[in-house]
Amino acid sequence: MKRVFALIAVAALAAGCGGGQTATPEPTAGGGSPQKVTLEWWHLSTSDPLKSVYENRAKEFQAKYPHVTIKMTVLENEAYKSKVTTLTQSGKAPDLFATWGGGVLKQQIDAGLVKDISGDVAPVLGTFTKAALAAYQFDGKTYALPTDIGMVGFWYNKKLFEQAGITEPPATWSAYLDAVKKLKAAGTTPIALAGKEKWPGHYYWAYLAMRIAGLPALQQAGVDHDFTKPEFVQAGQQLKALVDLQPFQKGFLGASYSTPDGQAATVSNGKAAMELMGQWAPNVQNDAGKGLKDDLGFFPFPAVDGGKGTVADAFGGGGGMAVGADAPAEAIELAKFLTEIGNHTKAVAENAVLPVLKGEESAVKDANLKVVADSLANATGFQLFLDQAYPPAVGAEVNDSVAELIAGTKTPEQVAADITEVAKSE
Amino acid sequence: MTILTRRPEAATLPAHARPTRGRRRGWVTIILFVLPALVLFLLLVVAPILVAIYASGFKWNGFGGMPTQFIGFDNFTRLFESEIFLTDLWHLAVLVVLCVVIQLPLALGIALLLHQRIRGRAIYRLVFFAPYVLSEVITGVLFSLILSPESGLANRALSVVGLESAWLSEPDTVLMSLFLVMTWKYFGFHMMIYLAGRQNIPNELLEAAKIDGAAGWKVFRFVTLPLLGPTIRISVFLSVIYTIQLFDLVWILTEGGPAHASETLAVTMFDVGFGRAQVGYASAISVVMFVLSLIFALGYQRFVMRRDMEGATTAMGDNR
Repeated sequence: MKRVFALIAVAALAAGCGGGQTATPEPTAGGGSPQKVTLEWWHLSTSDPLKSVYENRAKEFQAKYPHVTIKMTVLENEAYKSKVTTLTQSGKAPDLFATWGGGVLKQQIDAGLVKDISGDVAPVLGTFTKAALAAYQFDGKTYALPTDIGMVGFWYNKKLFEQAGITEPPATWSAYLDAVKKLKAAGTTPIALAGKEKWPGHYYWAYLAMRIAGLPALQQAGVDHDFTKPEFVQAGQQLKALVDLQPFQKGFLGASYSTPDGQAATVSNGKAAMELMGQWAPNVQNDAGKGLKDDLGFFPFPAVDGGKGTVADAFGGGGGMAVGADAPAEAIELAKFLTEIGNHTKAVAENAVLPVLKGEESAVKDANLKVVADSLANATGFQLFLDQAYPPAVGAEVNDSVAELIAGTKTPEQVAADITEVAKSE
Repeated sequence: MTILTRRPEAATLPAHARPTRGRRRGWVTIILFVLPALVLFLLLVVAPILVAIYASGFKWNGFGGMPTQFIGFDNFTRLFESEIFLTDLWHLAVLVVLCVVIQLPLALGIALLLHQRIRGRAIYRLVFFAPYVLSEVITGVLFSLILSPESGLANRALSVVGLESAWLSEPDTVLMSLFLVMTWKYFGFHMMIYLAGRQNIPNELLEAAKIDGAAGWKVFRFVTLPLLGPTIRISVFLSVIYTIQLFDLVWILTEGGPAHASETLAVTMFDVGFGRAQVGYASAISVVMFVLSLIFALGYQRFVMRRDMEGATTAMGDNR
C-alpha cells in the first residue's frame, strides 16, 4: 500500500512540474563542420494534419542541415498565449514562434524581442499574397512569414438545417435569427459556443460591428480609442437579440473549445447545428469528435440590413512564424523552408492550411476550404482578430466584456464603454 | 562522534553556564548553516516582494528592462474602484466562511470517527487523504470532466433522481461547485491534522470526564474540543492563507468565469499581468494580496494563536 501511495505522490509531483525551459541555443564547438545549433520552435498546431506536417518539416530540415537540432514546443491556443507572454516578459523569445501578427506582435517588436527579417526574406517576399503578409509588416519592415490565412464564418450541419426546414444558408441577419428560431423549434441546439474561453464569443461582436459600423469605423476605433459610437452599441444589441433566443448548448458558459465536450465536439457529434469559427474548424472537429464529413457546410457571416459593411468583408487571421531577436540564422532558414512553394503547397493539399503564396489556390482540395479560400480571394476588406489587432489589454477587454454580455451581466452600452475606457488608458 | 564526546560536560550544562568560547563557536556554526537558506530566502522571497512593491507604482507592460512611467498610487486607486476586485474580495470572504463552517467541521467529524476502532480504518484514512496528494491541476481536469453539464458523471448519476445541476457553467452555482472541489481535495489534509491532534489527547482525561458523569457530547464539548484547540487554530490558519492565494484549481476549472463569478485575487492578477500585459497593475494586486496575507497572519498569530506560539518561543529559548 505504501508503495502505491508513493507512486501516486511521484506521479502528482511529476505532473506539477512541467515546462519552464527557456530558449537558449547551445553553441558547442564542432570541429570543421558548422557549429551545432539547437532551434527552439514554438507553435500551437495541436491537431492533425498540421501537427504532423510540422513534425515532418522539422525532420526534413534536420536531414538537410545535420548540424541543426529542432526542439518543438506545441501548446494549445490559450496556454500558448500565456506561455509566450511569460517568456517574452522575461526578455527572451523562442528562436521561431507562431504569431498572429497585429498588436501583440507590435508590442513584442517594440520591446526588441523580434528580429527584423526584411533583408533576409526580401528575395521570397514577392511570392506571398498581400493579404497574407499584412499582419506582420510594420513601417515597411517584415517581422514574420505567413503560414496560413483564413477567415471566420459559420460551419454548419447541412442535415440538421434541412430537418429544421431551412433550405439555404441565411444571407441576412434577420434571416439568420429566423433560422435559429426554426432550429430551436425543431428541437435542435442551434449554436455551440465555448463560453469559458471568451475568444470564440468575440467573433460575434466583431462581425456584427463590421457589418453594422463598417470596416473603416472599426479600424478608426483602434486609432481614436472610441468604441461608444451608436453602431458599436447596436452591434451589442444585435448580439443580445441572438443571446435572448437562447441558441447555445446546455452549460455553454463553462464549455471549452477543443475538449471532448467542447464547442468543436458538440458540432462534430451532431449535437448543435453550427459554430462561428475560423478555417481550422473542420480539422478540430474531426479531432475532437466523430466529424460531419459531407454534412459540413460553410457560409459567411450574414449582412445586417441597413449596415455599412457588406457580406464580402472578411474577419479572421492566419498565422505566421516570427524569429526571435537572438535567434541564429538557421531560424530564418527554417521559416523560409516552411513557406517555400513546394513545402507549403503540400501542406495546403493536406487541408492543413490555406494558401498564402500566389498561385497556390488550385491545391485546395476540400470543398469547404475552397469556399473559404475563394471568399478570401474576393474579400472587399479584411479585419484581423480584434484580440490580436489591438494591444493585449484592449483585446482582452473586448473578449471579457463580450463574454459578460453573453452571460447577461453587461449591457451593450456597458460593453462599448468598458472597451473604450481600457483603450483610452493604454 | 569524536566531537560529541570531547566535551561531554558542555552538552549537559544549562546555556548560561556554558563557557563563552563554546557559545561563540556555536554562533559561527549557526550562521554557516543558516547562510545558504538565508541567501535563497532573500533572493527568491524578499527580492521579488520588493520588486513587486516597486513595480506597483508604475504603468508598465513588463517588456524591456525596468519600468519608467511612474504613476504613484494610481494602480491602487484603480484597483479599489474596480468591481472585479471587490467581487474577488467577496468570493474570498464566502470561501473562507464556507471552509471554516463546513469543510473543517466535516474534517473534524471524520477524524473523530476514524479515531474509533472501526474495521478498515487504515483504508478509510488512506482513501480520504489520497485527494490531497493529487496535484491541483489533475484535480481540476478530473472535476471539469465529472462536472461537465451534458456528459459529466455527476449529472448522469444525478439525473436518475432528477437533481442535475449546472455546476461550473452558471454564475449562480459556480462558487459552490468550486467549494465542493476544494473540500474534496483538502478535507483529508485537515482530517489528518485533527487525527494527529486527537491521538495526542491522553485517554485518562476522557475517562476522568466520564467518571465525573459527562456523557458523549459533553466529553467532546468540554474535553476533546478544548484540547484540540491548538490543532484547530493552525488548521483554520492554513485554510485561510490557502484561500487568499487560491489559483490553480480555479484556473483549470473555470478561468474565473462565467462572467467573473468564480474569480479570485490571484486569477485577476494573472489575467491582468499575462493576459493584458499590465504588469504594474498586476503587481499592485499582488501587493494587496501580500498585505492581506501578512495582516491576517500577524493578527491571527498575535491574537488567536498567542498561547500556542508562547509555548514554541519559550521552548526554543531553553534548548539553545
